Amino acid sequence: MQRKIRVLVGKVGLDGHDRGAKVIASALRDGGFEVIYSGLHQTPEMIAEAALQEDVDVIGISLLSGAHMTLFPRIMDLMKKNQMEDVLLLGGGTIPPEEAKQLESMGVGKIFGPGTDTRNIIEFIRSWAATRVAEA
Amino acid sequence: MSTEKSKFEQERERWEKTTAAHAKDRPVKFMTTSSVPINELYGPEDMQHIDFDRDIGFPGEFPYTRGIHANMHRGRLWTMRQFAGFGTAADTNKRFKYLLEHGQTGLSTAFDLPTLMGRDSDDPLSEGEVGVCGVAISSLRDMERLFEGIPLDKVSTSMTINSPAAMLLAFYICVAEKQGVPQAKLRGTLQNDILKEYIAQKEFIFPPEPSMKIVVDTIHYCAQNVPEWNTISVSGYHIREAGSTAVQELAFTLADGFAYVEAAVAAGMSVDEFAPRLSFFFNSHLDFFEEIAKFRAARRIWARRMRDQYGAQDERSWKLRFHTQTAGCSLTGQQPFNNVVRTAFEGLAGVLGGTQSLHTNSLDETWALPSEFAAKIALRTQQIIAHEIGVANTVDPLAGSYFVEHLTTKMENEAEEYFQKIDALGGVIPAIKQGFFQREIAAAARQYQHEIERKERIIVGVNAYAEPDEKLDIPILKIDHKVEGEQSENLKKLRAERDNTKVRQTLAQLKVVAQEDRNLMPPLIDCSRAYCTLGEMINVLKSVYGTWREEPVF
Repeated sequence: MQRKIRVLVGKVGLDGHDRGAKVIASALRDGGFEVIYSGLHQTPEMIAEAALQEDVDVIGISLLSGAHMTLFPRIMDLMKKNQMEDVLLLGGGTIPPEEAKQLESMGVGKIFGPGTDTRNIIEFIRSWAATRVAEA
Repeated sequence: MSTEKSKFEQERERWEKTTAAHAKDRPVKFMTTSSVPINELYGPEDMQHIDFDRDIGFPGEFPYTRGIHANMHRGRLWTMRQFAGFGTAADTNKRFKYLLEHGQTGLSTAFDLPTLMGRDSDDPLSEGEVGVCGVAISSLRDMERLFEGIPLDKVSTSMTINSPAAMLLAFYICVAEKQGVPQAKLRGTLQNDILKEYIAQKEFIFPPEPSMKIVVDTIHYCAQNVPEWNTISVSGYHIREAGSTAVQELAFTLADGFAYVEAAVAAGMSVDEFAPRLSFFFNSHLDFFEEIAKFRAARRIWARRMRDQYGAQDERSWKLRFHTQTAGCSLTGQQPFNNVVRTAFEGLAGVLGGTQSLHTNSLDETWALPSEFAAKIALRTQQIIAHEIGVANTVDPLAGSYFVEHLTTKMENEAEEYFQKIDALGGVIPAIKQGFFQREIAAAARQYQHEIERKERIIVGVNAYAEPDEKLDIPILKIDHKVEGEQSENLKKLRAERDNTKVRQTLAQLKVVAQEDRNLMPPLIDCSRAYCTLGEMINVLKSVYGTWREEPVF
């Protein structure tokens, strides 16, 4: 039997803007995923550890603090260190397109900007999961 | 009166059966930004419970529905107060001077996240965030650079700071001292609204009870020493940005205001000693009439409560003064120039609602902090509202509108219902601990998103009139991350140069005062003067009060 796709929605750094993270967490839950929400003020280490412990398929990081070019690379390093290359890392928040592109070229699966329809995120995760199953 | 009403009702029935009989509405939901349904027409029957003298009255007179001054913006325009701060203190000092040169009349300081969370720039958890969404202030030395060349007896300064508000006030007092400006001459505002941090903005450090004690300490200290300082800016802004409805913003903010009044009274102050220095900070969102009604209702609720429930006798305690900021959450990343239009309407609602000061957002704020170009258009928007479109000519021009008066009273009543709910939960702090506000706000935010995704709510450029191949073509302000290194170096130097014996002594004294539950302001000023860092002061208090963690729910 196929288990539900597990997603960790995380807030990293000192940023307290949790509206987007919560809206997305509940949309993903309504979309049929298993969702874990990290709560606020997490370090990259805490996110990596929670992702390992919860054995998630996807990590979604919400950042509205402008610290994305520091914190995403830190999370990616920790994912590599913990052999989590098969986990999809997504991001969202106030991230200018140019930097979003840079992050995507560094290995973030996708950065979803302001105004994103939550159904696009669900669709993105589903098609990613489908190709992963096909590869396996 | 009653025959007139029935005559209107007869006429209305006639109208519905004849003229309006074939008027077909468009197949959309007619509702406000807060999802409140709106009727096709409002008339005298919607004002039948409103009494002119009791509920509307005259500007400058109780219950201040029409404004807190007799001639409002005819006497003095609102203060154009653009929030600014980024990078180092020297960077922000330059932006301050730029804004003052372009006609801005008050300063408003944005601090970076480490500062807001009481962490020094060289704290490991500050990595990547130093000087990014505001200016980095770790000690009096940074504060001296921030206000260099700006005489503090000539400007009024608003500081958006909450958990470490008392420390930043201490820094400000020390800068003034060095400029030779006495505390009694300082004018400005400390946001210092810790309750909405637990409710919405989530920049908390200590548990709610000691946090309230620190707020009351600042109120007490300012009442005696800095009498023109606005001690709290009770803020609905962040509650709204977190997703609340207009009524929730109104109700939760005023409930917070009442909680501060009760806390200060419980600490032995008389209400008129401090209430005139409480001010408010509201959001101005897209729904024009709903926002105007909200501002009018806020004044009326506050005036009634302050006089009738808390027994305030000084008229200044009855007057709700407020700052307005246009809604950041209403801006779109798509077609960013449209944001200028949104912001103009929102700013206009704030002005028609009788605001005392206004910040208009910049068109690029979904992507980054405002560029100088975008910040200037935002300021110019206010100047156009003030000078070109005629709205400052007369006071409260929407009074007497069936719709606006009805909405004002409706929002007042709905806020009162929320006050009862909050009371039933044991008050604001128990309601925070039970997650009441957090759940209400999250549910409203979800609803808003659903409406957008079902296209019940149209956002131009996002779910309608979108341009899928759009390329972002505006200047984006880049924050130089070298600020972090510079700040670390500065701090290293500071820690080496200062008198560290004095630092240890003042910090030890701070701890004693905290343990003995006395007013923290005097030892905080001593610590600041000795160049203790913000993080050092906060850590001393953490050791006494502990820290707060929120139960994550969604």
